[in-house]
Amino acid sequence: MDIHEYQAKELLSEFGVTVPQGGLAYSPAQAVYRAKGIESENVLVKAQIHSGARTAAGGIVPCSGEDEIRKAADELMGKCLVTRQTGPKGQIVHRLYVEQQMDSVREYYVGFVLDRQMERVVVMASADGGMNIEDRYNQKPESLIRAVIEPAVGMQTFQARWIVFKLGIDKSLLTQMVTTLLGCYRAFRDLDATLVEINPLAVTSDGQLVALDAKMSFDDNALFRRERIANLRDEAQEDPLSRKATERGLNYVRLDGDIGCLVNGAGLALATLDLIQVAGGKPANFLDIGVGAQPDVVNKAINTMLADESVKVILVNIFAGTNRCDWIAEGLVAAIKKFNVSVPVIVRLAGTNAKTGKTILQESGVAVVIAESMRDAAELAVEQVK
Amino acid sequence: MSILVDKQNKVIVQGMLGEKGTFHTKRMIEFGTNVVAGVIPEKGGSEYLNLPIFDTVCDAVEQTGADTSIIFASSPFAGDSMMEAADAGIRLCICITGRIPQQDMMRVKRYIKGFDESERMQLIGPGSAGIISPGKGLVGVMPSYFYREGDVGIIARAGTLGFEAAYQLHKADIGISTSVGIGSETITGTTFVELLERFNTDDETKAVIMLGEIGGLQEVEAARYFRDHMKKPVISYIAGVAAPKGKRMGHAGAIITAYGESAAEKIEALKECNMPIVSDPSIFAESIKEFL
Repeated sequence: MDIHEYQAKELLSEFGVTVPQGGLAYSPAQAVYRAKGIESENVLVKAQIHSGARTAAGGIVPCSGEDEIRKAADELMGKCLVTRQTGPKGQIVHRLYVEQQMDSVREYYVGFVLDRQMERVVVMASADGGMNIEDRYNQKPESLIRAVIEPAVGMQTFQARWIVFKLGIDKSLLTQMVTTLLGCYRAFRDLDATLVEINPLAVTSDGQLVALDAKMSFDDNALFRRERIANLRDEAQEDPLSRKATERGLNYVRLDGDIGCLVNGAGLALATLDLIQVAGGKPANFLDIGVGAQPDVVNKAINTMLADESVKVILVNIFAGTNRCDWIAEGLVAAIKKFNVSVPVIVRLAGTNAKTGKTILQESGVAVVIAESMRDAAELAVEQVK
Repeated sequence: MSILVDKQNKVIVQGMLGEKGTFHTKRMIEFGTNVVAGVIPEKGGSEYLNLPIFDTVCDAVEQTGADTSIIFASSPFAGDSMMEAADAGIRLCICITGRIPQQDMMRVKRYIKGFDESERMQLIGPGSAGIISPGKGLVGVMPSYFYREGDVGIIARAGTLGFEAAYQLHKADIGISTSVGIGSETITGTTFVELLERFNTDDETKAVIMLGEIGGLQEVEAARYFRDHMKKPVISYIAGVAAPKGKRMGHAGAIITAYGESAAEKIEALKECNMPIVSDPSIFAESIKEFL
């Protein structure tokens, strides 16, 4: 789960990271009011969307004085921002963060992620802050410094010092930098984060180390024990269909094709998308109804897929191991009748009670095409949209 | 032979009371697996499904000589269950539960590595479909009726893909030595490489089907092992060619975050190691037949 910049800054500041003064606004009037609480004349009006690279998309506007702030806020609020991270659809701005503008003399990058191979948290740091770190890494991998954290004891002060010296940071900033690094690590650990990133981490002309932008993501599987983090979710930033599907307990990812897929099991669902692609089609979604699906789950899944107007055909691929094809078939028939499904439905049933399932479909009177194999099903579906 | 599971395993169930735990414990017993006890804290001394129940894994091991554990405990508690099994001297632990917090798994793995190699528990999963050696033992959730005895090994990250492959083999009259679901969480216990090593020295296994997917780099490591050490044919499939970057596709571990983790990049790396690749998931049986 992702959160906004202002939320990440609030969390990190509780762990000892210095952030600029700022306040959240839902309207231009509120933005002006927030600016009054900031000591400096120059502020930034920052669009709060779940994406980086906002500056290039015009999502961060430097302002001075009430009029400029009101104008910038007015323009940003409700605007659809397309950044290199949002995809072509972009994200709509519903919240603004008004923040003190800082003068930076140097900018660093600091990031904490889990390294899957090592099964440890890794700190990455670079003296080239501000820019896109992936680009930087691709150009000059040796400029990225990495330290591995031993999970049993956590990040140690010597590791933070090592990073400071490696980066060539002025020694007068040693304490501040160590506090920042250790704070980020504790935030990562204590809040079940999957990413903590400060980019840029700036040194100001008066010798302060300040996080100018911050990003945090969290482990969805740990939200049950992080109620505070779970409450930071901004549903307006999520695809409405995906959100609905999650509420219904489905595993759904919207894609950009036109063949709706309903599959049991994530692995089989992935394989189904692949087969569609091999057959020359494009899937509209990934949808895993789970391994032990009951008839009402099929109902929810069909309902979710139909809400996506780009779906021109539905492909159902069920391999019943611990569940049963007759349940799935019953659920399908009921859902097709209930929602008056008008797009063609291709069904492949295999495994437990597959025969009974097929009989149910054939005798139901609803129009479905039964495919014998996964590949047939994919090919039939692709034919329908051509 | 077979790998990991045969008629000798003495199995305990952790997290048996829930719907899943109850259902699959019954199925394992019906299959003929030697399930010796259940562990349910605070219910020690009672019986469930005609099995003795113990408060701790330690008690269960002491009283029954159990060496294998299967975990159905819910995800907030599964990490603790794995460590309890390791501490009690369980040799093989299969964690069916998935969606476990990453940091819990980081600690579990760190904890297990703290044991001397000779006493270290082998962990399969989390998010595993378990292990089945047809005709010998089932410590998992596979629908066993279409697994017949034979000489093909299966290793799958995703449970349902493993089932699909086994079903295709069944239809083609090809039997299975052992099928293992290794799960597709971000951090898992046993990897493809460790299982290829076991199949490599298993007399009854002639060929292996390896079912990978997007996310992580373990398929690439497996391909290198195949190139350098494997004496038996292996065919592989990587699910997720059509998956976009940065989106979590159902499994916690099925997300492309770094270079080398996409299906196309993995397939490229596998090809470099001359590992045969199946790009159509409906032809596993035909593809493996050539090698038998």
